[in-house]
Amino acid sequence: MSGVEESLAELRQAFKSGQTRSVSWRKSQLRAIIDLVQDNEENIFRALYQDLGKHPVECYRDEVGVVLKSAKYSLSFLEKWMAPKKGRLPLLFFPTSGEVMPEPLGVVLIFASWNFPLTLALDPLIGAISAGNTAVLKPSELTPACSSFLADTIPRYLDCRTIKVISGGADVGGRLLQQKWDKIFFTGSPRGGRIVMSAAAKHLTPVTLELGGKCPAILDTLSSPSDITIAVKRIVGGKWGPCGGQACIGIDYLLVERKFASTLIDLLKLTIKKFYGEEPQNSKNMCKIINKAHFERLRNLLEDPAVAASIVHGGSLHEKELFIEPSILLDPPLDAEIMTEEIFGPVLPIITLSNIQESIEFINSRPKPLAIYAFTKKDSFKRQIVSETSSGSVTFNDTMVQFLCDDLPFGGVGQSGFGRFHGKYSFDAFSHEKAVMTRGFFPEIEPRYPPWNGFKLRFIRLAYDFDYLGLLLLMLGLKR
Amino acid sequence: MAGAAQEEDKKLFDSGAASTLVGELRDAFASGATRGYRWRESQLRGLLKMTDDHEQDIVAALRSDLGKPEPESVLYEVAMVRNACKLALKELQHWMMPEKVKTSLTTFPSSAEIVSEPLGVVLIISAWNYPYLLSLDPVVGAIAAGNAVVLKPSELAPATSALIAKLVGEYMDSSSIRVVEGAVAEATALLEQKWDKIFYTGNGRVGRIVMAAAAKHLTPVVLELGGKSPVVVDSGVNLQIASRRIIVGKWGCNNGQACVSPDYIITTRDLAPKLVDALKNELEMFYGKNPLESKDLSRIVNSNHFNRLTKLMDEDKVSDKVVYGGERDPTKLQIAPTILLDVPRNCLIMNEEIFGPLLPILTVDKVEESFDIINSGGKPLAAYIFTNDKKLKEHFVKNVSAGGLVVNDTTVHVAVHTLPFGGVGQSGMGAYHGKFSFDAFSHKKAVVYRSFMGDAAMRYPPYTNGKLRLMKALLGGSILDILRAIFRRS
Repeated sequence: MSGVEESLAELRQAFKSGQTRSVSWRKSQLRAIIDLVQDNEENIFRALYQDLGKHPVECYRDEVGVVLKSAKYSLSFLEKWMAPKKGRLPLLFFPTSGEVMPEPLGVVLIFASWNFPLTLALDPLIGAISAGNTAVLKPSELTPACSSFLADTIPRYLDCRTIKVISGGADVGGRLLQQKWDKIFFTGSPRGGRIVMSAAAKHLTPVTLELGGKCPAILDTLSSPSDITIAVKRIVGGKWGPCGGQACIGIDYLLVERKFASTLIDLLKLTIKKFYGEEPQNSKNMCKIINKAHFERLRNLLEDPAVAASIVHGGSLHEKELFIEPSILLDPPLDAEIMTEEIFGPVLPIITLSNIQESIEFINSRPKPLAIYAFTKKDSFKRQIVSETSSGSVTFNDTMVQFLCDDLPFGGVGQSGFGRFHGKYSFDAFSHEKAVMTRGFFPEIEPRYPPWNGFKLRFIRLAYDFDYLGLLLLMLGLKR
Repeated sequence: MAGAAQEEDKKLFDSGAASTLVGELRDAFASGATRGYRWRESQLRGLLKMTDDHEQDIVAALRSDLGKPEPESVLYEVAMVRNACKLALKELQHWMMPEKVKTSLTTFPSSAEIVSEPLGVVLIISAWNYPYLLSLDPVVGAIAAGNAVVLKPSELAPATSALIAKLVGEYMDSSSIRVVEGAVAEATALLEQKWDKIFYTGNGRVGRIVMAAAAKHLTPVVLELGGKSPVVVDSGVNLQIASRRIIVGKWGCNNGQACVSPDYIITTRDLAPKLVDALKNELEMFYGKNPLESKDLSRIVNSNHFNRLTKLMDEDKVSDKVVYGGERDPTKLQIAPTILLDVPRNCLIMNEEIFGPLLPILTVDKVEESFDIINSGGKPLAAYIFTNDKKLKEHFVKNVSAGGLVVNDTTVHVAVHTLPFGGVGQSGMGAYHGKFSFDAFSHKKAVVYRSFMGDAAMRYPPYTNGKLRLMKALLGGSILDILRAIFRRS
């Protein structure tokens, strides 16, 4: 792996040459990503199935489709994003122009994560390219099929002197982190985030950390049966849909009023059966657990006796297939690990409250999550949730859809990370906003310069208040 | 009372005390007191009033700490803080308003907005060179965004630090805004705590320490650092005006002890003598024949920095390059404006941020070569060029990376609130001023409102080929494709 230094030197050289700054380079690389994904759809489906047991529809919904949409969106807005923005200037500075000009940061490093191996690699890369950077992408070693797919195809489709894939495990990650980058974009766990940021500090490198957290869903007691049905479908879709619960914005646990719990559990069971059949492990509609270590982690969470006693649905583990059945827990102890750690698996604890209002305090007493979901028709409760809780995003009456809005920033706060991406925000994440001010040589404002005297001081005071009338009077000797 | 307060001060501010302090502020923030518009407005008014009422005390403290001339104090510290407060007061309601955004066809029907929310409890560590401005300008952003704040002013400007601690206690809500005075021990105790944002102004060495401490708690940081900000002077410009604008940005800004001050000049071999003459002329006009006597120049902050600067000047291969100035008075910590011509690039003065009244001039054959010199070092906080050549200007703007660029002037961009102020690379990360300050202390929360209608079965398992086709069409966003997919399905 001595190649890391050479790769980096080559990328620095390529960046210096200026080629990545041109619109044509950026567009050609974005188009190449579209071609890569479109030409290799079947290979992508196969790799994702191999690594995660992901169904092609899910692959398309959460990966292929997302990347295509994102690349096309960037292509259509790129020139607009690249254009300098005018800043308004005070008359005092006339004649002067001021603008904010986005410029690429240089050579950036992207760490992708294993749960959406394609999206979380290519979506940030789209941002890095749009902003005109050269980049190293490190896919996750936990998804070997997807990782080697990216390592094989990216050099064939994209400009290999400016975009490189470096695969490997923790040792390679560590080596990459010793280098000086102009930005590091990391998706993964808080533990990994701390390591990345500590390494970045040595070189004063800015970072974006996309982490996770325990994303709650609040289910208010709804009166209309059809609303309840839709809410439950969206909850099941948001829990077991994305990568079998192994998603940073997936629902972690559910908050409901006690009186509503039994109706809810019945509906959840029914919906799970409708979606995944009698034998979910054979349905091919749900992802498996990524690897043995995570399988064991989840097994440990479930085998805590107090937690095991709270299982009201599912709970069977298929070790050979690394599959865990969609499982529901009712009021597991709050100090059990399953309620203190991010679950990242197909287990849904339901926490009952006597009044749904208590959910706000419940959420606020825990680290800030990446997303909060709330199903309610009460506007006052909606307002309360938005203003009194803190999270990366809040979505009302649905799950996951915030991920699909190009105009919304996607990113965490507190323990769920910082920095944001998607659409224009991805472009911004990889750009420096350079302030540029252009002045003429005339007119000169004499009182700017020493030697200082009382007149100049008065002038400065008025100038800073933009008191033009006062300035005029002062100049005419009519004011003191 | 004063005695009791002093007694209090003497108690060691250790990590236990820091932890108690943060705990109190967390409670205050959790109570929601700082979130409302009223609190933010009242605190901004308090800060404005404090600055207005005590302008003379501030000027006196700055004179005591730095020998700063009054107009400089008024112009760069008092007035800048006042303007930041006034702008925030004028725009705050507007800034706080959620921003509506478009949602895509994929999630129809829905609406979405971006809500700015306070981050929580934030730490501001400021610098000694503009001790009032660099302490309170970030505080304006922090309170405008609705955060609880701990401010640690620099111990190297003790009079200003003490004044700020006293005034903030009197004029602002002490349940949510606190000042901790002190040096390394206090800063270390503070940095061990968990913050929701750390805003640091200072040097790269401490910047690294701050960011590493922040990493433990996953705390985002703004680092306002410095760097060697270059000035390129092209031929064909009005040298008198260029010189004056360089001088006022260099010696007129705290005698060169400013993060955006010109650090060195690059010009052509032909132009250099003329430029030196122009600079000498204007310097004499501004500061007289004996600048050490001038009341219009700040002194060096302390003897450490004085010794550092004299070492830069006295290095063997540098000392004979002084073409103007060089006088110094260790007892009064004064160094006269000093110009050095044609210093070698491998000397100390060209390899660290000067942060003082020394101005080296590098000469090149062609002015274009200056861009390579600039780009070979760390990215500076600011870069300046004086030119009438439109092509050269465009080249400069496109190829020189720095926090901010000014063409035909120096340092003035700092006063423009519509421009973000902040560094890139070695000069730091994150930006502030005006709305950018509010944003630096806010989290932009994405909020999506959906109704229970418009539920699409294709989202859910069991998955089929028909669902795949429809999904492709929907994510593609073309109505025609969507219709086609629906008909194929039936």
